[in-house]
Amino acid sequence: MSNRAIPATYATRLGDNALVLGQRMIELVAASPELEEELANANFSLDYIGQARMFYTYAAECEGGGRTEDDFAFLRPEHEYRNLLLVEQPNGHFGDSTVRALLFESWYVLLLESLTQCADEGIAAIAARAIKEVRYHLRHSSQWLVRLGDGTEESHARVQASLDKLWCFTGEMFVADELDDAMLNEFNGPDLAAIELQWQKNVAAFVAEAKLEQPDDQWMASGGKQGKHTEHFGFLLAEMQHLQRVYPGAEW
Amino acid sequence: MSKQEWPLYEVFIRSHSGLSHRHAGSVHAADDEMALSNARDTYTRRSEGVSIWVVRSDQIIASDPAETAAFFEPAEDKIYRHPTFYEIPDEVENL
Amino acid sequence: MYTQGLDQSGKGDPGARGEETAAQLDVFQARIDAEEKIEAKDWMPEAYRRTLIRQISQHAHSEIIGMQPEGNWLTRAPTLKRKAILLAKVQDEAGHGLYLYSAAETLGVSRDEMVGDLLSGKAKYSSIFNYPTLTWADIGAIGWLVDGAAIMNQIPLCRCSYGPYSRAMVRVCKEESFHQRQGYELMLTLCRGTAEQKAMAQDALNRFWWPALMMFGPNDASSSHSAQSMAWKIKRFSNDELRQKFIDVTVPQAEFLGLTVPDDKLTFNKESGHYEHSDIDWQEFFDVIAGNGPCNKQRMAKRRKAQDDGAWVREAARAHAEKKAARSAAA
Repeated sequence: MSNRAIPATYATRLGDNALVLGQRMIELVAASPELEEELANANFSLDYIGQARMFYTYAAECEGGGRTEDDFAFLRPEHEYRNLLLVEQPNGHFGDSTVRALLFESWYVLLLESLTQCADEGIAAIAARAIKEVRYHLRHSSQWLVRLGDGTEESHARVQASLDKLWCFTGEMFVADELDDAMLNEFNGPDLAAIELQWQKNVAAFVAEAKLEQPDDQWMASGGKQGKHTEHFGFLLAEMQHLQRVYPGAEW
Repeated sequence: MSKQEWPLYEVFIRSHSGLSHRHAGSVHAADDEMALSNARDTYTRRSEGVSIWVVRSDQIIASDPAETAAFFEPAEDKIYRHPTFYEIPDEVENL
Repeated sequence: MYTQGLDQSGKGDPGARGEETAAQLDVFQARIDAEEKIEAKDWMPEAYRRTLIRQISQHAHSEIIGMQPEGNWLTRAPTLKRKAILLAKVQDEAGHGLYLYSAAETLGVSRDEMVGDLLSGKAKYSSIFNYPTLTWADIGAIGWLVDGAAIMNQIPLCRCSYGPYSRAMVRVCKEESFHQRQGYELMLTLCRGTAEQKAMAQDALNRFWWPALMMFGPNDASSSHSAQSMAWKIKRFSNDELRQKFIDVTVPQAEFLGLTVPDDKLTFNKESGHYEHSDIDWQEFFDVIAGNGPCNKQRMAKRRKAQDDGAWVREAARAHAEKKAARSAAA
């Protein structure tokens, strides 16, 4: 890979995580458990979509081929998306989406922290902006985990089931592939092994405070970072890309 | 309030440092932390604030409109508390 | 408008408080006439309080139900910029619903009660949100026409005699100032785009024009609550005055887009300076208000589902807060 190709591909992957999670959160609009939560969900979703736009725009700049943020979002097929399987999982109930956010954001915050120090200035600058947003998201998702885990018997059982169900999607976050290695070695990028240790510690603390049981070590799903997605993902893209696909080349 | 409804909080926002907090509106929240978050997510979306206070609405002690006359009218005739009450010749400066 | 149902429901609502004296009512009316704001704890006639609760809660319900037709295109917005704009707009609607519920709560009614009245069908919301959004152009038409009509009504409400409502409306109007502009700009982009896009824009105007005019409520002659609301300065202009004003400003905007307003009889009267238009199909209006519009059931079902699905979450948060309070009391 050429020197500029590494940050371009890496920024695309970061953009994919942000866009796919943002799109999932958009599906929750007008379905929140309380009106105030409706505003919070929209804020977070707007943050993620904003991050995706910054990462894609930067990736396009690195490529130098004239692609736009919308080309990345709307004109790539499923296998070119490199987001984590975790973020594409369907919303389920409020406990499911809370756990999904908590597991991802616990990792994403550490990743962004590290990226603010990386040698690629473009990515470091976006990370510095994004981390403020994601710190606030994590505050929100972790507080909700505690409220649900240590709430009623029903909420405890529901959110425990969410945790058990989504746990198998966390392993992928820490498996370094060629791109992660290149970022680490050539750009002082994130060390996923170090992040894993910190993530384990932080998540264990949230889980304990929420009076939940951490799931046992288990088989972990992976493939998102290689473009092999779960079945849900095709529908998400089909819906999101609908207009651009039906009316190719139109301006909106 | 029904069994399920979260309590009401009043929200006060400081828009810039140097200014006092001002009443912005209210939110419902199950606990104090949530009240702060909800206030942030509702009332500072357009960079309206640098600091937030929230207080349970039922904790505010307010004057009674029925006592408005007794509370506030006695101050109205104490005009000597205002600088304009005093006549000073124009030639005297710096007063 | 967002509170058009007012003109139909609760006719002849009796003032429940028998002890209201003529002297009290005179003092109250004098305050209103002097443009004094009425605040939550001030004495007010029971009928004034009830009218406000009905109007403000209907306004709030309209904002909340109004999230759905636009929300329908959030996942399919054609660019990331449009997606972000639309989400910010739909979020504003949630916020405006929240401000308005809060304003109504100052009158001694809980949000739960108001939401209960919406879900039971007792409370109304604006008829406009019972029409479907079938294409992306409908998002433009809603911003341009629906928000445009809303602004006509909401700006005078900033001067409403009830302080908490007027303050909420000041905030709402400030935030909404981008809503209509983004809608018109969206339409403009479509009209300058491909033939298919322009056809989409015309079709949206065809479907939303008449429902938008109905937003102002029935003709003045058949609007039962208007006179009292005007005397109380809850309402400042009549339905027909506002509707005419809307038509007068909107028709030239449609012409600029190169679109045709779907009304054969639409003509400009040079003498009056106003546009004349065909009669409105009031039967359709009353049907939709009564629950028989294209999307009434769907909108209510979605709202009810969100409320039901969220019950365990709201309950959990309360239970947790109680546990935490008990623990800190014991410590």
